[in-house]
Amino acid sequence: MPSALINVPKKARRGDVVEIKALMSHVMETGYRRTAAGDLVPRDIITSFTCRYNGAEIFRADFFPAIAANPFISFFTVAKESGKLEFEWIGDRGFSETASTPITVE
Amino acid sequence: MPDLVPSTRRRFLGLAGSAAICGTVPIVTMRPAEATPAMLASAIRNVVGEAEMHTGKVKLDIPPLVENGNTVPMTVSVTSPMTPDDHVKSIHVFNEKNPQPNIGNFYLGPQAGRAQVSTRIRLADSQKVVAVAQLSDGSFWSTSVDVVVTLAACTEEVL
Repeated sequence: MPSALINVPKKARRGDVVEIKALMSHVMETGYRRTAAGDLVPRDIITSFTCRYNGAEIFRADFFPAIAANPFISFFTVAKESGKLEFEWIGDRGFSETASTPITVE
Repeated sequence: MPDLVPSTRRRFLGLAGSAAICGTVPIVTMRPAEATPAMLASAIRNVVGEAEMHTGKVKLDIPPLVENGNTVPMTVSVTSPMTPDDHVKSIHVFNEKNPQPNIGNFYLGPQAGRAQVSTRIRLADSQKVVAVAQLSDGSFWSTSVDVVVTLAACTEEVL
């Protein structure tokens, strides 16, 4: 089962720069490895990650096979208003997962 | 390079372990589709186009000596006020010798407040890692770091 780990400060002061950390469990199979029989193991990676803050996209990333398994990403945003941070991971073989976390801005 | 590190028992065991993981297949066949410096250059060209590449502003934090290439922590930060008029639009990270030259593209904007991104990457060999940032005025800035990898993220057999 895919599972996400999100770390965002619960509370922030308006205008603060806060760090957002997100980890998604995923093998990130590169597509360059072979089985003992010599067959290529097909690629199975997360290709795209998006973060929205109250509906507006604030961060997006394209992943390649060179991103390690269980892709971890950390980035920053300015705390503007209370609301919700939404995360979305999209990948090979129809992989699509979302997560969200609230943030309170004072 | 083996002679950079004093030979220790731990290192020997590490090498023995990696040899066991990768099997006895020669290194050349382990990485059939190694990215070449030419592929690196063309991957960067795809992003930058004909624009001029400047050196500076970008900082690439990555350990210079990596024990395990399967997961290498990496942080890219760019010196920028991150205002609507002057901010970082995107950060692109490339490598020289993995099967593919791209590592990741990261798109941010003035709402980020700080132009900094961290993730964990794979490195198949000791090589150069390049980070390129595109600013809101359209200019490109880059930096590169040489990384020594002792246990490669090998494209090994699945046992």
